[in-house]
Amino acid sequence: MLAFIVQRLGQAILVMLVVAFVSFSLFQFVGDPINNMVGQETTVAQREALRERLGLNDPVPLQFVKWVANAAQGEFGLSYRMGKPVNELIAQRLPATLELVFLSAILALVIGVPMGVYTGLHRHSWLSRAFLTVSLIGISLPTFLIGILMILIFGVWLGWLPTFGRGGTVALGFWQTSFLTLQGWSHIVMPAFTLALFQLTLIMRLVRAEMLEVLRTDYIKFARARGLRNRAINFGHALKNTLVPVITIMGLQIGALLAFSIITETVFQWPGMGLLIIQAIQFVDIPIMSSYLVLVALFFVVINLTVDLLYYAVDPRLRVERRVAAV
Amino acid sequence: MYQATGFVMALGAALLALPALAQEKVFRYATTGDILGLDPHANNEGPTNAMKGNIYGRLLHRLPDLSLEPDLATEWQLGDDGVTWRFELREGVTFHNGNPFNADDVVYTFKRQTQDASEMSFALASVKEVHKVDDHTVELVTDGPDPTLLLNMPNFYIVDQEFMEENDAFEVVKGAGKTNFANTNANGTGPFKVVEWVQDNRVVLEPNEDWWNQENRTDNVDRAEFTPIANDATRVAALLSGEIDLMYPVPLQDIRRLEGDANVEVIEGPELRTIFLGMDQWRDELLDMPGSGENPFKDQRVRAAFAHAIDLDAIHRVVMRGASTPTGLMIAPGINGFQEDMNDVYEHDPERSKELLSEAGYGDGFPVTLDCPNDRYVNDEAICTAIVPMLERIGIDITLNAQTKSLHFNKIGPAEDNNTSFYMLGWTPGSYDAHNMLQNITTMDGEAQGTYNSGRYSNPRVEELTDLIAVEIDEAKRNELIREAFKIHKDDVGHIPLHQQALAWGVRNDTVEEVVQRPWNDVDLRTVVLK
Repeated sequence: MLAFIVQRLGQAILVMLVVAFVSFSLFQFVGDPINNMVGQETTVAQREALRERLGLNDPVPLQFVKWVANAAQGEFGLSYRMGKPVNELIAQRLPATLELVFLSAILALVIGVPMGVYTGLHRHSWLSRAFLTVSLIGISLPTFLIGILMILIFGVWLGWLPTFGRGGTVALGFWQTSFLTLQGWSHIVMPAFTLALFQLTLIMRLVRAEMLEVLRTDYIKFARARGLRNRAINFGHALKNTLVPVITIMGLQIGALLAFSIITETVFQWPGMGLLIIQAIQFVDIPIMSSYLVLVALFFVVINLTVDLLYYAVDPRLRVERRVAAV
Repeated sequence: MYQATGFVMALGAALLALPALAQEKVFRYATTGDILGLDPHANNEGPTNAMKGNIYGRLLHRLPDLSLEPDLATEWQLGDDGVTWRFELREGVTFHNGNPFNADDVVYTFKRQTQDASEMSFALASVKEVHKVDDHTVELVTDGPDPTLLLNMPNFYIVDQEFMEENDAFEVVKGAGKTNFANTNANGTGPFKVVEWVQDNRVVLEPNEDWWNQENRTDNVDRAEFTPIANDATRVAALLSGEIDLMYPVPLQDIRRLEGDANVEVIEGPELRTIFLGMDQWRDELLDMPGSGENPFKDQRVRAAFAHAIDLDAIHRVVMRGASTPTGLMIAPGINGFQEDMNDVYEHDPERSKELLSEAGYGDGFPVTLDCPNDRYVNDEAICTAIVPMLERIGIDITLNAQTKSLHFNKIGPAEDNNTSFYMLGWTPGSYDAHNMLQNITTMDGEAQGTYNSGRYSNPRVEELTDLIAVEIDEAKRNELIREAFKIHKDDVGHIPLHQQALAWGVRNDTVEEVVQRPWNDVDLRTVVLK
């Protein structure tokens, strides 16, 4: 088990290095940060001096090596746009995105799984059909459109929820949380739901398909023959066995949530990592871009590792096999 | 599902019950980008400069009609030698932290603002030294006569020497190096002080009770909150829902919609930025015609043909939906040196264009690429997309290359050696004077000249005139020189000016009594009166 984890971490570092190198090569093509950093009155000589000072005239491999050396010491540089250390910026913005993604994932699971179970069990009821139709809409409409529609309905027409930003945060150490105040909740509800909608429909359909398949198996038939109550069968046996694919998909989707959060954050002006990276790209803020890409690579690796470990926890068969193999 | 709906409704009810801050007059406003920093000498950028104006004092303050009024300087005069300017400083002024303002601060600020890394050093480029005469008098000595010195004074933001020295913040930091204290802490003499700045989130300002002009205050704001909202639709929604009181820019297609709402008003006005097209006039062979050994743009007739092919009225009506002012000059009305009678646009005459092209030997046209930004100016890509068929009509084989501003400016700028044949650019003279435009756009033989002269247009007489204009003190003579320079440039068709974009601000008229829109698109909190 320990060896397995250590091996995975080794792979993680390799993945991050590759991502960092590819990013650095790409940065030669994203444009000129100098022009964004200086005003229009700056002379050519001043621009050249700044370029020299920032090390942008060095060849790509050299810039890469310097960056890796600094990163290994925890120094990710200063953002060109904001002048602040990248670590600080990421520490500031990460809680916002993580809370958003966390709430979205919870919403997607809490709403998606019961919906999936219901539509799996009662295939032909009108409510099932309604759910499926709504889910089709959820998958087809792009995130930004859903976001803007929600802002229009709940923010402008009804005036119930605020239309942008993240208010009502309470500081717990360095972590700013939205969950402790009513105002915080009112700000996070719409973005979280917008982000969750796609995952929700996916999970619902997945659970439904899995349930339909599992309910046809022999052991379910025998459990029914034994006279077990429906609740015990549906949730105790059937649902548990549908969880493995759901966990896999959720794992991959959390990565997608982090990525799609860019769009949701831009629409709702949510001060998270997504908004940071999109502004960094527009500004050609190389320190932020490189650190962000490596961070995202790290996330994916950690999530995949967690998913693999969860398999062991959820599926007893894997645990038994391993022990047998060890013997 | 039902639980979630119930939760949302409970939230809604709770929110409606939140006490309204009716007593305190809060002014909330938003634009697309956040400020870059609070250090007045670090950055030279629109929203940042607007914020500086509310916090920091200058020797002179620029009013909405572009005239100057005393701020920290009460009187000024030019000495007989033509290079020494004497400023009498206002007495009894304090910074936000209580420190008194005096001549030492002015001298210190001069040294700070003219550092290499300072983006604002251009404002003091002609000043050789500043010395203190006594606690409330300073003298600025310029490098030769400078007729535009006063025009640059509103860009000379005064900081507190003791405050900066205590916090080791003399050095202006840009992009790398140690973190800058001055960028995150503001201490000025202006009518507002910064309560907090959460980057990319909000800037909160409160009135400075000890402001020297407190009795003549023209605003009634108790608290101002500035939020950046990048997404156009969200910004419009925030204005419609009442969460913000003022926002800009209003996307052109939403202007009619906002005007239809009873509580919202759209204030439109001319901006000082001129959008124009430039052409490669220095290469011997046009980039788009490899192997031909020809550069059609070197022929004035070809340039004139292009100018006559563009239908500015159509662009004004259709692309800009009326929110632009077609122009024939490279500077806007209101800029020092503007000549009303020279502002006739190049006539739209495609037949004449075709004639000119045949005369020049390009009757069959030639290939060319138009470089455009797609996220910098109002409807920039749409304008270029409209220009393409106009030129195709006269036989030019034109390709449009629209890209994000970082890539566009890199391509046409000195970094890539002006890698362009035909490009779009916009310019507002930082000193609101014609010389600034001539210096940066139409000349190139001097050291600080032609930074944005990407086509490398150069006429010897214009170069000469620009140097003369820089030092001519007599206003009438100066305007004559400017007039001549413009005439030559216009006859040469050195560039093709298109229009000045219009500003569009959305204001809620149920909370805001009045606000003044200044032509350089910023919000001066001094002019905000709330209901």
